[in-house]
Amino acid sequence: MTQQQLKPARIDWLTIMLYIVFVIGGLLCIYASVYKETNPYIYDMNMNYGKQLLWIVISAFIAMLILLVDEKLFYAFAYGFYGLTIILLLATFVIGTEIKGSSSWIRVGSFQIQPAEFAKFGVALALAKYLSGYNIDFKNWKVKAISFLIILLPMAIILLQNETGSALVFASFAIVLYREGLPGWLLVIGVLLIVLTIVALLLKPLYIIISLIVIASAFLFLVRRTQLLIFLTFGIVLFSSAYVSSIDYIFENVMQAHQRTRINVLLGKEVDLKGAGYNVQQSLIAIGSGGAFGKGYLEGTQNKFRFVPEQSTDFIFCTIGEEFGFLGSFIFITLYIVLLWRLTIMAERQRSKFNRIYGYSLVAILFFHFLINIGMTLGLMPVIGIPLPFISYGGSALLSFTILLFIFIRLDANRVNELKNFE
Amino acid sequence: MESQIKQRILIGVFIFIAFIYVIRLLMLQIFDDSYIRYAQNNVLQEQTIYPARGLLMDRTNDLLVYNDNIYDLFVTPEQVKNLDTNSFCDVIGITKDEFIARFERIKRQKGYAIYRPSIFEKQLTIKTYAKFQEMLFDFQGFYVDVRTDRKYKYSNAAHIMGYIGEVTEKMIENSDGYYRLGDFIGISGVERTYEKELGGIKGVRYVLVDSKSRSQGRYKSGEFDTAAVAGKKINLTIDQKLQEFGETLMKNKIGSVVAIEPNTGEILSMISSPTYDPNLFVGRERGNHYMELLQDPTKPLFNRPIAAPYPPGSIFKVIMSLIGQQEKVLFPTTAYGCGGGFNYGGLHVGCHPHGSPLPLQSAIMVSCNAYFCHVYRTVVNNPKYRKVEDAYNKLYEHLASFGMGRKLGVDLYSEGTGFVPKATYYDKIYGRNRWQALTTISLGIGQGELGITPLQMANATALIANRGYFITPHIVKKIEGKKNPNPEYNIKHWCTVDTSYFPVVINGMEDVVNHGTAYIAKIPGIAICGKTGTAQNPHGKDHSIFFAFAPKDNPKIAIAVVVENAGFGATWAAPIASLMIEEYLTKKHNTRPALVERMINGNLIRKSIINDSATIKTSKN
Ligand SMILES: [Zn+2]
Repeated sequence: MTQQQLKPARIDWLTIMLYIVFVIGGLLCIYASVYKETNPYIYDMNMNYGKQLLWIVISAFIAMLILLVDEKLFYAFAYGFYGLTIILLLATFVIGTEIKGSSSWIRVGSFQIQPAEFAKFGVALALAKYLSGYNIDFKNWKVKAISFLIILLPMAIILLQNETGSALVFASFAIVLYREGLPGWLLVIGVLLIVLTIVALLLKPLYIIISLIVIASAFLFLVRRTQLLIFLTFGIVLFSSAYVSSIDYIFENVMQAHQRTRINVLLGKEVDLKGAGYNVQQSLIAIGSGGAFGKGYLEGTQNKFRFVPEQSTDFIFCTIGEEFGFLGSFIFITLYIVLLWRLTIMAERQRSKFNRIYGYSLVAILFFHFLINIGMTLGLMPVIGIPLPFISYGGSALLSFTILLFIFIRLDANRVNELKNFE
Repeated sequence: MESQIKQRILIGVFIFIAFIYVIRLLMLQIFDDSYIRYAQNNVLQEQTIYPARGLLMDRTNDLLVYNDNIYDLFVTPEQVKNLDTNSFCDVIGITKDEFIARFERIKRQKGYAIYRPSIFEKQLTIKTYAKFQEMLFDFQGFYVDVRTDRKYKYSNAAHIMGYIGEVTEKMIENSDGYYRLGDFIGISGVERTYEKELGGIKGVRYVLVDSKSRSQGRYKSGEFDTAAVAGKKINLTIDQKLQEFGETLMKNKIGSVVAIEPNTGEILSMISSPTYDPNLFVGRERGNHYMELLQDPTKPLFNRPIAAPYPPGSIFKVIMSLIGQQEKVLFPTTAYGCGGGFNYGGLHVGCHPHGSPLPLQSAIMVSCNAYFCHVYRTVVNNPKYRKVEDAYNKLYEHLASFGMGRKLGVDLYSEGTGFVPKATYYDKIYGRNRWQALTTISLGIGQGELGITPLQMANATALIANRGYFITPHIVKKIEGKKNPNPEYNIKHWCTVDTSYFPVVINGMEDVVNHGTAYIAKIPGIAICGKTGTAQNPHGKDHSIFFAFAPKDNPKIAIAVVVENAGFGATWAAPIASLMIEEYLTKKHNTRPALVERMINGNLIRKSIINDSATIKTSKN
């Protein structure tokens, strides 16, 4: 490398402002969700918000540290971080503490750490480093295979820990791969297959096949028919019908009764008043009762009186919905989209491939959490327990999202000095 | 170029998802207001405040019915933790199997929720409650709710006071939602007629609760709460001491006593025998006791004084004496001969030996059958009327004015009408215009189809005591905070017989007690006017009947006594009436200990049981 004049780092303050707004807002929401008039001290270490406050302080410290270190460090130790998170994940099988039926926690004093949260940025770094390497062409099937492996390894371990939600987050890396050359139609087919699976579980296969034939006929009637198009349409209908039928067969004949019940509850076909169904119902009640302008801060009865389960973690959006109403929810969603937009633009402006891939990983993870978490509280997504980044209570999540974000801010700050030196 | 498209697609997807979520939020928060209601249902708990039920007292302010705490055990299944089932079952007094069965039953109940309290055991005994309170902390998830139930100071007047019980589904429907499952309501007696006054008005308290149903304080500091209004205190017209004494005398007998204060219509005592202890209808054995009483062949639940009709027998002769005079077919001087009975055109009605011929007053004293058959004949065959039917209708009208054959309007549930045949009744049997006085002659001496309830008998006695009017008999004297609660009980109902015809009849009744058939009822110093009756009973031994009022001038008490299957009126009914009159007027009942003894020890119930069901069957008419 040749010595050159370094330009001063330019930190993206907009992103940092949004981060601060989210974290402080999140703390206030956690405070509201467990608020008791008899115990109003926000620094009470026995309460969630007290602990969260401590985690915010720790996160701020780490964030500053990240902004101060040499950004080449992340490139250099990318595989090291990745290896470390894999070891930590495996360690939970040995020294893990079981919390709420999942053995994915490691206890440190009175705090618990969830390695699964940190595995995300391990993968983000490793994937970025691997794909930005010399002679790496994503069109190559071997490169594709290794990329998938990098993602699937921690995902598999987390699945074994019974943390389905955290494992599913790794699916978001598909967005990164798409940006790096994975054909769009593959992604579309993947999404369509998921939709088809859900529809197959919800409706009788016969209805689906009839509707498919009607849609196909209408489509062929409306467009200019070519032989290829007719064959293609027929093929799709035939394949979909077979797929739907086999899903139905597996569901009815291969699966056990308790598995069927779980899926039914997940899809909302069965209402389990103690489990997921109850959670969603209470979540909808809390948000729906917020009205246009909300009940006011600390006035939300549904949150305050514990009707919403997991109200400070997975269902934190209920507090926003109930106490700040439609207006508050709309502002929150808008700010979140602004952040995603900003980060996408930042990712695109990177000169280095490593930075860009890392940036897209961040965007993909944040988007996936947003999609599932808000969708779940609104009853539009199955109940998968993953936190709302920066808002939900939880030290591991906050710390890992902070690290994830600030590494990128650090990388972005120095982009002007980046030659395409890593390529 | 391609990367720019991909970037735009991605941002497009983000905005698209955000758009869908915003639309969903619009639907939930702006366009659908049902969630606001759901949220209120979650946190708002409507707690009912039960008012204390009104107290019942007798005419002398002696407390009869008050309220007592009862303890219901509730369970909130979700909060049950570390329960030592064995010691719990021990305290409550159930087996482990039953414990499990209870939970199963609770789970099947309508409106069951794991986080909501359900009733586990109704009405714990005070002992169980005390033991439970001691161990409260060991039994997390269980708590006791205190309600009030009735408590009766005396074991008397069960039929008058009636009882309360849990409302039925139908009552809830009819109450426009005022009553809720588990509420108490008056089922019979005064508890039923005066439910509105006694029941008070329930209050409501709105409380905020959390998801575990734990109270989180008042809703809007009690702005929508309403206070409970306690039930009103009610004074009954009965005299507890008289009632108690009368019930003792009627022990082991089937029958009725009704005593009325003539100038007010107030019922001083009303006895239905056999009776039961009103405290049986309190507590958790309520249902079992009810079934036992229902199956008892002596029908203790049947309110005889107001519902059971009896042929009045000879006491009807007094009524006929009044009506005959009013119809101008009978005069105090009218005398009929009696040669051992009434003989007219081949018809014979027997009579016992006595002097003959006799004028009216003496005929009443000796209760001559022949005399009153003649009176009846002259009334029904009165040439003043064109037809027998018209004359009979006139008789019916007179009887109705005495309160016979119709409901009087007493303030108690299940009053019967009794039975006085109409002309059409005989038309049906004999054909129109094909019957006359002789065909129905037994009516003249109070036999045959006639059915008069003890209340109607006592009312007729009061009417005679008043020389021509009665005030509808009633059981409630005073309602707290209400002046003149029942104005209809101030009205004098004048009968169709003029006052001037009464003295001769009353003199005859005085003779009955002084030297006639009811000599046993005589009390030195008190002028009692009465008449015995012996109602023929086709099913067994005759019913013993007596009615009387005293003192002769300015009467204070009118009484009717019926003892079923007891034979002559003089044997049982007259002594009981006499003792009760003495008790009421002099507050003494120890002047004739031998008589009291004989009455108390007289057990007539076994003989009656066999015939009882038949008697009650006729009462349904
Ligand atoms: Zn005679």
